[in-house]
Amino acid sequence: MATATHTLPQAHAAEPTGVWSWITTVDHKRIGILYGVSAFVLFMGGGIEALIMRLQLAQPDGTVVSAQAFNALFTMHGTTMIFMAIMPLGAAFFNYMVPLMIGARDVAFPRLNALSYWVFLFGAIFINSSFLFGTPPDAGWFAYAPLSNRTGTATHSVDFWILGLQILGVASMMAGVNFIVTILNMRAPGMTLMRMPVFVWMVLVVQFLVVLAFPIITVGLVFLMFDRLFGTNFYIPEAGGDPLLYQHLFWLFGHPEVYILILPAMGIVSEVLPTFSRKPLFGAEFVIFSGIAIGFLGFGVWSHHMFTTGLGPVADISFSFTTMLIAVPTAVKIFNWIATVWGGQLRFATPMLFVFMFTIGGLSGFMHAVPAIDLQQQDTYFIVAHFHYVLFGGSILGLFAGIYYWYPKFTGRLMDERLGAFHFWATLIGFNLTFFPMHFLGADGMPRRIYTYHAWEGWSGWNMAATVGAFIIASSQLIFLYNYVTSRVRGKIAGNDPWDAATLEWATSSPPPEWDFDRIPQVTSSRPLFDMKYHGAPKPPPGRDDGIHIPPPSYWPIIVGLGITLIFAGAMLVPTKGPWLSITGFVIFVAGTFGWVFQPGYGYAPEEH
Amino acid sequence: MSVDAHAEYTALGIPHRKLGFWTFLGSECMFFGTLIGTYLSYRGKSLVGPYPHETFSVQVTTISTFTLLASSFFMVMALHYVREGKRFAAGAWLLATATGGLIFLGFQSFEFTEFYHKGLSLSKNLYGTTFFVLTGFHGAHVSGGVLWLLSLFVMNAQGKLPKEKEMDVEIAGLYWHFVDIVWIIIFTVVYLVEFAQ
Repeated sequence: MATATHTLPQAHAAEPTGVWSWITTVDHKRIGILYGVSAFVLFMGGGIEALIMRLQLAQPDGTVVSAQAFNALFTMHGTTMIFMAIMPLGAAFFNYMVPLMIGARDVAFPRLNALSYWVFLFGAIFINSSFLFGTPPDAGWFAYAPLSNRTGTATHSVDFWILGLQILGVASMMAGVNFIVTILNMRAPGMTLMRMPVFVWMVLVVQFLVVLAFPIITVGLVFLMFDRLFGTNFYIPEAGGDPLLYQHLFWLFGHPEVYILILPAMGIVSEVLPTFSRKPLFGAEFVIFSGIAIGFLGFGVWSHHMFTTGLGPVADISFSFTTMLIAVPTAVKIFNWIATVWGGQLRFATPMLFVFMFTIGGLSGFMHAVPAIDLQQQDTYFIVAHFHYVLFGGSILGLFAGIYYWYPKFTGRLMDERLGAFHFWATLIGFNLTFFPMHFLGADGMPRRIYTYHAWEGWSGWNMAATVGAFIIASSQLIFLYNYVTSRVRGKIAGNDPWDAATLEWATSSPPPEWDFDRIPQVTSSRPLFDMKYHGAPKPPPGRDDGIHIPPPSYWPIIVGLGITLIFAGAMLVPTKGPWLSITGFVIFVAGTFGWVFQPGYGYAPEEH
Repeated sequence: MSVDAHAEYTALGIPHRKLGFWTFLGSECMFFGTLIGTYLSYRGKSLVGPYPHETFSVQVTTISTFTLLASSFFMVMALHYVREGKRFAAGAWLLATATGGLIFLGFQSFEFTEFYHKGLSLSKNLYGTTFFVLTGFHGAHVSGGVLWLLSLFVMNAQGKLPKEKEMDVEIAGLYWHFVDIVWIIIFTVVYLVEFAQ
């Protein structure tokens, strides 16, 4: 172990290439790209699961898949999209953009960052490997006890789900700590908190949500896992346990999770709108404080997912109140965006197009804040419509806006505008054709999660429309993919600052050098690049800072990540085959941690200059 | 290019690792908060025995609690002597801290065995379920801390813990004090509350 570490090169200047350089990379930009590519592959996987479901539901009495397969499809579709597509797509932007936007050379803990990625990747592979074993998770993306108890689901399907989520949770936790420290501690000189870009603020709020909400689900899932594997009684009614405890713990995490998914997109919108309206963000402070308020209130609304469980009038009214309250900061943001666009010199470049579908999901969500209405809508397609408007119309489209906006930064070229617009309109039409009819279906009483229905129920027409829409969404993503790939070669050369923007990521080359900035910029306001371009703030002198510190590459993150994954993956074999896989993982984890701590170039070993 | 972990620029003036560790402890608060909250909400709801007052002895656990709390004091002394650059004293106090943790773990395994012989298991009733999982996770944290402290002890013995590295000891100390504080809460809500009745 000790000898191996000494073969690693010290800080280097030339950009390395090859597979090994990606495996050992600790560069936040490369890790961002790894996150983005992995997440997009998983996004397409989740999309294919959705398409199979839509095929099954296109006509009454569908026979495309069995009821059991349908259970697995909706479970894995939800789990994939939330934990393995939207969250890591956000993480891709956090990784690539945050250090650039705050004028830093990397994140605070580069190797921890790599570890987060590898743990995420292994977790995603682990949970999807359940398909190969013939036991994909099938208890819903929330896996309520007692359905998810051993008596409810005897196969390993729920074990894959629980342990996969734990692994993904570890990845998110580590990234959370990393980005909180990065944002608080690595801002360029002069960048006070209130001068930070709004996107960075939203990332900061999201990371606090991650750090505080994930431990709750971790414990909730540990209980479920212990119930299943070791015979504890946490959610076992026969022993006095309360399955509702699971719902409380799940949604105590689950509602902050909604904001973990949506706030990054809100941050992206808050960057895109000012740039393309040629105006500063209207009331930026209010947008920031609204984001913080959403973060706090997000912890106080969880029981609105549980109105139908009979918590009693006091709880119902309290949570109804807090749920309505959280609409206020959200609306503040929307109005500030409108005020930003108002009277601006608008340029409808592709990123600008993608920010338009935000409000509808919020409006239908507001309806569910009323318990009496929620009782009617719970577990119907109305809810499905609502959260797809939030997560697709809000998060995914916002993330697409981010891709179109920052693509020139990470490739050095612009994406094709015409194809971009085509992608947008096709997605918009497909999206509304898919999900708007679900409001009608839900209002008409079509339950969620049913695998088929009969013609006399009168849901055939809208279901067919939704299926057609889903295929339009899917095919329009192929346009995006084509545009993304071909623009890398054929796209117009972007230059440092193609949109004439105000934030620091545009102050360096596209793509940026490994050390991000030749000279760390001085920040004088919340629009530092405008200051330099238009207000006579001093530009950094030519040349490069002395002694730029680039951390050496490291293979310890992937080793430690493998150890962590095996610890969790092995847990499900404990009752039948013993703890050997977990113990192996633990040994790899501990050995890897020691190798990590004593790696040269990171502080402990004798330093060579 | 020089590689110097101590010359890092920080906007808040707090070293990255310390700030990161405080963030981690924040999430640990939620972790143990959830475990303790679950213990409290299931307290007294076991359908069958054995019940808390039939199993544990507050006197025995008071001794182990005292040992663990004393080890927090040892930790403070260890950090003090690392800062002073007194290698031998620092090593002695680090070893004392780890030993305090080990004694606590010894008491815990004695207690677990004892309870098991009295018929309390993970699956027996809600008390067994919540008690073993809560104190078990705490014990796992203590074990990790002991491993950490022993690593520091070995590094110190090898002369790899000069006073410039005091933050390594300080962060281990933050963890150790946190684990102790959590135990104070567990000792109160699990043991003392029953004793008071």
